[in-house]
Amino acid sequence: MIIVVSLLVLVMLAAAVAALVFRDLLSAVIASCLVSLIASLLFFLLHAPDVAMAEASIGAALITAVFVIAIRRTKRYEE
Amino acid sequence: MRTVFAIVLLAVVGLGIGLALLDVPFGAPKTGIGDYYIEHGREETGAANTVTAVVVGYRAFDTLGEVTVLFVAALGLGAVLAATGGGSEKREVEPASLVLLTGSRFLFPLIMLFGAYVFLHGHLTPGGGFQGGAVVASAFLLLYLGSRGRRVSRTWSTATEALGGLVFVVLGLVGLAVGGGYFLSNFMPTGALNTLLSAGVIPVIYAAIGFKVGSELAGVIHDLVEET
Repeated sequence: MIIVVSLLVLVMLAAAVAALVFRDLLSAVIASCLVSLIASLLFFLLHAPDVAMAEASIGAALITAVFVIAIRRTKRYEE
Repeated sequence: MRTVFAIVLLAVVGLGIGLALLDVPFGAPKTGIGDYYIEHGREETGAANTVTAVVVGYRAFDTLGEVTVLFVAALGLGAVLAATGGGSEKREVEPASLVLLTGSRFLFPLIMLFGAYVFLHGHLTPGGGFQGGAVVASAFLLLYLGSRGRRVSRTWSTATEALGGLVFVVLGLVGLAVGGGYFLSNFMPTGALNTLLSAGVIPVIYAAIGFKVGSELAGVIHDLVEET
């Protein structure tokens, strides 16, 4: 259990750093989506299914969609 | 000079907060309220899910405030998008691929059903109005991605949203009038634990919140996709 959680946290941290350093904003959005997805999985593993559902549907799905729409209207690559 | 000043200020503020929080034991229960909810929540509200018992039972007024915050945020987004006045020129949009089109047609009713299940069973299983509403909104998001022809009617989504908020406030006022003499008191019979028709007003309020949040977020998606 502790190994699974530590692995998930490591992947989550890597995804968070990736979201910061990516020049391609679409990839950065996908990376931040991964952060939310793992956060929701962690909430579930920590016995908080109510929060996990909110995080999965809002954090991983809707926020990502809002960012993707914003990128489509502006520019895809950071200068 | 400004940078040095900012760093010094930040260090002083951080030190102050750190010293203030030094004596507070992390994670230790400071009041007995959590234990009280766990022990008495089920009998007092009739909701098998203790989180729901707190969110819509003991803290229902806070939930009304939370719903209002979401409403104001959606309203502000709509106002900003309308004021900036995009969407006048018709953009060329490629039709969605066959896989996405077929997948969205197939999945849309299933996701809607799951969302309705989540907010109708909020007092029994994990989830509730906010989660169910967000799931419903993600079904609409899939619809917007999949097919260009099918759109949410903004009139109907606003009407649903207003109705949801109205049901919440009216139930609260009825509770104030006939119930325990406070806003949103649970005036309906709580019924048997772990059945669908239990917990009094809680399932009704959660259904209202589910409709409200779902139509609100679907409206936000509509505004973002169509108006910008």
